[in-house]
Amino acid sequence: MSETRFQRMNDLPSTHLLGGGTAMCAGCGGLQALQLVYDVLGAKTLFVNAAGCMTLLSIYPFTPFRGSWLYTAMACAPAGAQGARDALDLLVAKGRMPKQEDLSVVVLAGDGASYGMGLSSTSAAIDRGLDFLYVCYDNEGYGNTGQQASPATPPGARTATDGSASGVARPKKDLFGLWVANRPTYVATASGAEPLDLARKVEKAASLRGPRLLLVHAPCPTGWGFEPAEMAEIGRLAVASGVWPLKEWERDTGRVIHTKVRRPRLPVEEYLSRQGRFRHLFEPARNEPVLADIQSGVDAYWDAAG
Amino acid sequence: MSRRLLTGNAAAAWGARLARIDYAPAFPITPQTEILEALGGWIEAGELDAKLVLLESEHSMIAAAGAAAATGVRVFTATSSQGLLYGMEMVFTVSGWRAPFVLVNVSRGLATPITLEPDHTDVLAARDSGFLQIHCATSQEVLDSVLLAYRFGEDPRVRLPVIVNLDGFHLSFTREPVEIPTPEAVDAFLPPFDAGAVRFRASHPVSQAVAVLGSGPYSYFRYETHLAAQGALCVYDEAAAAFARACGREWPAVEAYRCDDAELAFFLIGSLATRARDAVDRLREAGVRAGLVRPRLLRPYPAAAIARALEGVLAVAVVDQNLSMGKGGVLHAELASALWGAPGAPRALVSFIGGLGGRSVTLEEFREMAEIALRAGREGRTPPPRLLYTAEELREVRKLQAIAHGERAALATEGRS
Repeated sequence: MSETRFQRMNDLPSTHLLGGGTAMCAGCGGLQALQLVYDVLGAKTLFVNAAGCMTLLSIYPFTPFRGSWLYTAMACAPAGAQGARDALDLLVAKGRMPKQEDLSVVVLAGDGASYGMGLSSTSAAIDRGLDFLYVCYDNEGYGNTGQQASPATPPGARTATDGSASGVARPKKDLFGLWVANRPTYVATASGAEPLDLARKVEKAASLRGPRLLLVHAPCPTGWGFEPAEMAEIGRLAVASGVWPLKEWERDTGRVIHTKVRRPRLPVEEYLSRQGRFRHLFEPARNEPVLADIQSGVDAYWDAAG
Repeated sequence: MSRRLLTGNAAAAWGARLARIDYAPAFPITPQTEILEALGGWIEAGELDAKLVLLESEHSMIAAAGAAAATGVRVFTATSSQGLLYGMEMVFTVSGWRAPFVLVNVSRGLATPITLEPDHTDVLAARDSGFLQIHCATSQEVLDSVLLAYRFGEDPRVRLPVIVNLDGFHLSFTREPVEIPTPEAVDAFLPPFDAGAVRFRASHPVSQAVAVLGSGPYSYFRYETHLAAQGALCVYDEAAAAFARACGREWPAVEAYRCDDAELAFFLIGSLATRARDAVDRLREAGVRAGLVRPRLLRPYPAAAIARALEGVLAVAVVDQNLSMGKGGVLHAELASALWGAPGAPRALVSFIGGLGGRSVTLEEFREMAEIALRAGREGRTPPPRLLYTAEELREVRKLQAIAHGERAALATEGRS
């Protein structure tokens, strides 16, 4: 990433494109990441949105975006992106729209749409080689409806639908791996709590063509149970404990590269114990088997990653 | 102008070609697939300057169609039956984008049980969506209606997507002589799509389909779409008049066949009208003053034109090729609401459910329906709705049931031995 314009924190945009005063919750990690994503992408962007928390960004007659927005439905934002991308290309090709009026088409969706209902339209958009960036803000549950478990919910987490003593019993679905298996152009994970890494990845994604995914960790105070002021710290702990690996994959190289590796990693407990959704693993008594399972899952990931 | 034998499907494709569509998101489903194959062939041959994209579902196909129309290109798509229902969330959604395009639906009965044969329950499920609907009886009408649909759907007073409906098999695969208008005549009738301010441009940001809070803005925007759909009635009449001048064919919102002095009228939509016209002629030969009223437009609903056509008619036999479970025929209920209190309204509206799953309606049955309806009109007593179904059909089903029961019994015996 030597050619990046984001070498140090001072290189990050100091003024923001995204307006304030939206209906997002205080301390929304997804919104924090979107701020920077939008600053790097610029206003010549059409966001195609799937049903989720961020659908409430644009409520008539207000929008925080300088550019354009199209809300579709939960399952088909990539198909909406296909129609818009094709139409823009046709208009330029047929000489009915000057090139400078063109827009980048960006899907904005949560994990509920991205890991589940929208997978069919996502997979098909990758098959077709659609030129679009997909930004998934992953708050690890159906956040907008009160944090029911989604396929992105991590093991051990208690949700509105998993009230058992040990929380969700299955592993988090590997959306990064699913995308890579479809062989798009670019796939990356990121976090708003690691802004330099995020800005570089948005910059790289914007420089490429074809299907691209930015899977962004989105700490959710209301869904995960922490104070809004702790959002950035929770995000940092997710990376420092290795629970949320920062990585990227490019089709040209075919390799997964970890862009920020913390050695030694913090114990996962430091991340888990700060969140209400994992409190049942510590109180009234420590649930050692589940805690050990979560730690060994993270260790196994990093052992395999080399 | 050239004259060719075209199937209903080929006529639909010709309509799209002459409309100079830019974009055709597609997904295959019987009996519609021939339409997208024809378009794909022309695009490959360089005869149509458009892009065809195969989506992975109708839900995505209609989302892509709406998004492309909202970006400012002329869009055509087609589906049928289960496909229309799979895409139904987006059918309702994209109409509110006020981004017009044309969707050809080749009607086919809905599961369960699954069938390939036609009826209208599929397209009537889209009745309340905000899509306008034109229902066709012939291949010529299909071609012409696609052109009419663009013209009135794209009108700035309307700006709504339009479904052009034709019956699967009976029309989709039937070759009929069709006059293909010259591109010059069509260009004079149908100007290029002007997206106005509803389009995405770097210098002109637009927020489309945003959320609202509260019932005030919600009711406002929903009712505004309804008013646009209602206003489309007079826009349609203007378009039909312009089409008659450009191409020489009349396509009124409501076809009234031999209705001027009619005592009895059939009321139905789609290609069954071809048989109904024949039945009207035969009944007239036999001394019955019969007629046919066929709405071509179903949304917006041309209530006034229908009431006018039926003024002075004693009795109406409504033939519904659809079934609203627990209610009955959709056309019958809508007709009753249009005629209630109208001066000179018929004394009897008799409901018949016919033509489900591709079942044909025979001349004999038209005769019988006329007789029942006329008796109801004279006596002022309307009989309950009736399913057109013969003893022979029931016998055939009983045979199938006997086989099914026999097979099950044989399996049970095998299991015991």
